[in-house]
Amino acid sequence: MDSARSVVLDAGDIGRAIRRIAHEVVERNKGAADLVLLGIPTRGVFLARRIAAAIESIEGDAVAVGAIDVTLYRDDLRLRPARALEPTAIPTGGIDDKVVVLIDDVLFSGRTVRSALDALNDIGRPRAVQLAALVDRGHRELPIRADYVGKNLPTALAEQVRVRLIEFDDFDEVTIDGGAR
Amino acid sequence: MRHLLSAGDLDVDSACLILDTAAQLASVTDRTVKKFPTLRGRTVVNLFFEDSTRTRISFEIAAKRLSADVINFAAKGSSVSKGESLKDTALTLEAVGADAVVIRHGSSGAPHRLATAGWIQGSVINAGDGTHEHPTQALLDAFTIRHHLRDGTGDLAGVRVAIVGDILHSRVARSNVLLLRTLGAYVTVVAPPTLLPYGVSQWPCAVSYDLDEVLPHVDAVMMLRVQSERMHAAYFPSVNEYSRRYGLDVRRMGLLPPHAIVLHPGPMNRGMEISADVADGERAVMVEQVANGVSIRMAVLYLLLGGMADDGKKEI
Repeated sequence: MDSARSVVLDAGDIGRAIRRIAHEVVERNKGAADLVLLGIPTRGVFLARRIAAAIESIEGDAVAVGAIDVTLYRDDLRLRPARALEPTAIPTGGIDDKVVVLIDDVLFSGRTVRSALDALNDIGRPRAVQLAALVDRGHRELPIRADYVGKNLPTALAEQVRVRLIEFDDFDEVTIDGGAR
Repeated sequence: MRHLLSAGDLDVDSACLILDTAAQLASVTDRTVKKFPTLRGRTVVNLFFEDSTRTRISFEIAAKRLSADVINFAAKGSSVSKGESLKDTALTLEAVGADAVVIRHGSSGAPHRLATAGWIQGSVINAGDGTHEHPTQALLDAFTIRHHLRDGTGDLAGVRVAIVGDILHSRVARSNVLLLRTLGAYVTVVAPPTLLPYGVSQWPCAVSYDLDEVLPHVDAVMMLRVQSERMHAAYFPSVNEYSRRYGLDVRRMGLLPPHAIVLHPGPMNRGMEISADVADGERAVMVEQVANGVSIRMAVLYLLLGGMADDGKKEI
């Protein structure tokens, strides 16, 4: 029994997952027009930029990409000391009548995504909202599911899924820590 | 952090956290829905024993943009004018469930008394007490200076600031000297000797009586209003003489380095400490200061009320 940690995605796997998600986004939306990719800080923002770059290499046109900080919309603010805010950057052109793809690193309880949906509501009215996550680890607490998933990863609640990205952590890796496997 | 009573209580990290949070919150101004749901259901009381337009409106807008319920309590027209004490007023506010009290009071130390006497459980924010402190004003001034001279990030290391005028009666000056020094700026207070407080030599700043000598060496100059309402003696011979020696006019603007900015906490006495040409000039940032004040007060309210209660108890 290895209780320490195991690598579930290495740098190559992450790159392939991102390219596949980019293809799926383009396929499902029949192109990249009207797309706005919004990453949820911290690592979702870097994933959004990578997916945008991948879509650009497929379609040839630049895709609008930005960031949406959901801290002020969270439902668990009162459970912890006040947190620092992260930047929100909505691309010029806004989100009205666009197809917004929310991008996060790990999809878990779904509460972050709910916060993001509330935040979007205050910013504009997209034509549709879709959700992409690099890892879906299950244990949803709200009726939310992802449209694009890098890897479905069955986990125990006690385990910790950590995504590291080169822009922030010096290398690309997804690991599971703790718990008995 | 549970209360905000003095700019001197802030260290570099907490001051920068407030400034950074304000910078993120400033973006709400560009949106159609200028509101966050963060403080929904919390009550903020504006307890103003002294007149104020800017600060009260600023706190009110800030609280409302975070969805808090706001109660404005002015001493005029309340039981205070019938002789009610600060304690009884505080107990009343506690009984109706105020989560934060924003207090302005003519007596130095009133917010401290309110925060430490055990009358109320909520957070206390000092919105100006007598001639003591006005920390949110200092924060918005630092925010404005940082925006213009440091690209809106980090601290103010090496920035040189002159604070000019009625230092004696100014809570803005004291809070600014403490906060700007904490952030690494060098402050010089400039005033006639009669308008400098006792013990100013102990403040973490330089002191000068000569404005012309100081101006060429600063990056920002903050003009203070001469507070005639607090003056019960002759501090200078005449308005004209004060204006000639300590007023900021077009000639003195020429002495400033080209990148320097002019701040004023308001309300301005045009023609006295600042000439109309300067006040309306493009290097004057008074209007920005007011806008930044809303962001700063949102940041303070969010950081004090947005998280878990400071006593460690979980509140849901």
